[in-house]
Amino acid sequence: MLAIVDGPIDVGAVRAAASDPSFGAILVFEGVGRHDFEGRRVVQLAYEAYAEMAVPVLESIAAEATARWPGCRVAMVHRTGIVAIGEPSVVIAVGTPHRAECYEISRYALEALKARLPVWKKEVYEDGSAWKANTPDPTAP
Amino acid sequence: MAQVRVRYFASLRERKGIEEEQVELLEGETLGALYLRLCPPIPGGVLPVAYARNLTYAGADEVPDDGDEISFLPPIGGG
Repeated sequence: MLAIVDGPIDVGAVRAAASDPSFGAILVFEGVGRHDFEGRRVVQLAYEAYAEMAVPVLESIAAEATARWPGCRVAMVHRTGIVAIGEPSVVIAVGTPHRAECYEISRYALEALKARLPVWKKEVYEDGSAWKANTPDPTAP
Repeated sequence: MAQVRVRYFASLRERKGIEEEQVELLEGETLGALYLRLCPPIPGGVLPVAYARNLTYAGADEVPDDGDEISFLPPIGGG
């Protein structure tokens, strides 16, 4: 499951897509809307995607993970539209035979997504709004 | 004349006031030159962008073909 959806993400379905009877680990990461940014109160988040391009980007990231960690399964769903605080904007589920690589793959997929997925986030404050860009994480794998 | 479909997202969509347009290319026009023609610098500087051509990332010096789908991507913020 590699998709851009315009509405709430079915977290259970993403998890199920990364499951297999041979797996000993399934890790589900949820990126959720946060309450404040540098002291400004965020009321809601609005996400916009270049969906026709974003899906192939998700497919590339999943293919890279599968090539680097054979036997894993990666499911990624990002949503668009208005996301309430505490609700997930992205869900990444990774399944592997053993736990160690599961953490690595989850982090790899998330950082690759943040660097490459053509999706934009608008933070809406009590007194205005702003498009927020991702900043590279120096600790990313 | 070669024509491309140009799509705008996020801050560029708001600035242009449209989601997409058909544009006639100039002779030998690169993606970078096309961006500067369609989205000329405004006070506060040029918005940094990445380029997409037919749904994949492309370099600023690429010259698009007739019928291509082009997009200028403002800094992304997914996750």
